[in-house]
Amino acid sequence: MIEQEMVWSAIGLIAVGTFAIRGSFIGLFSLIDAVPARIELVLGFVPAAVLAALAIPSIMVADGSFVGVTDPRLIGGAAAAVTTIITDNMFAIITVGMGVLWIATALG
Amino acid sequence: MGATAVVADVRQGVRDVSPILVGIAPFGLIAGAAGIEAGLSAAQTMGLSVFVFAGASQLAAIELIGQDAGVGLIVITALIINARMLMYSASIAPHILGYRNQLKLLMTYVLTDQAYALSIPRFQRTDLSDAHKTRYYLGAALTLWVVWQVTTAIGIVVGAAVPPALQLDFAIPLVFLALLSKSIDTSGRQVAAIVGAIVAVLWALLDLRYNLGLLVGATVGVLAGTVWDAVGSDGGWR
Repeated sequence: MIEQEMVWSAIGLIAVGTFAIRGSFIGLFSLIDAVPARIELVLGFVPAAVLAALAIPSIMVADGSFVGVTDPRLIGGAAAAVTTIITDNMFAIITVGMGVLWIATALG
Repeated sequence: MGATAVVADVRQGVRDVSPILVGIAPFGLIAGAAGIEAGLSAAQTMGLSVFVFAGASQLAAIELIGQDAGVGLIVITALIINARMLMYSASIAPHILGYRNQLKLLMTYVLTDQAYALSIPRFQRTDLSDAHKTRYYLGAALTLWVVWQVTTAIGIVVGAAVPPALQLDFAIPLVFLALLSKSIDTSGRQVAAIVGAIVAVLWALLDLRYNLGLLVGATVGVLAGTVWDAVGSDGGWR
């Protein structure tokens, strides 16, 4: 365990750095008071790419390897994915995904 | 704008964030319990949640502090994990350019994966007012903030008592999956999502340490979507 003051300096530096990351482009684009059209076009792809890169590895990978096709997380994720075709309702999608996860875990 | 509309907008953000809270609450408990277990004081553990407010980087910092790592390594590791938020900043910036500075600072401080993911579809809509978008975003983001602080504090005091068998953390990727299904409305965005997912999965298989798969995967996905659209609109091979 490192010294107390060092822990606080680490926390302070991480806090400042993280705020700078969060504010980076909000500050930059505010400074130049515009977003170049070409960049705005590229930014239109960010939500789809980010959401896919957030969701899919959490469903398909555990501890550095592919979960098997009978893995409860993969089955639950697949059930939730099918549900998104039927409804936009977030609670329905989560309920189906978690429910199938629990059932598959219990049966596995 | 009446007070009822304000309340309705905020409430909508709070309601939409509630499924995410199911997954966030156990995570917050762990952030609190892990800090104490690693030897941080209660104030330091709470300080991470209040001043940093980014779970994955907090857990990495706690682990490294417990291992006697140097301050430089701890800080760099945490910031690499948080570098993904550069994308959120860039993505949300065009929509809030005209906002007051104090508001932008507040929105910056509470910017998280979940707040970004929930509100970006609304920020992109042209039929909603700036005021509505702001209230929706703050409703979701500040709810996450409060729940994160409260669960960290509970984790510090009583430890993380949620049975791991419930696998409540799985609610978070499910929310992202649900939001993803709404954001892939053009072929370019579908390409961005597929490529982003493949690269992020490959990265997760190769490297466990820095959570960089999200940043790398999303960046490659965005480039792929951009190229796909450019090639298509130039009357190329598609």
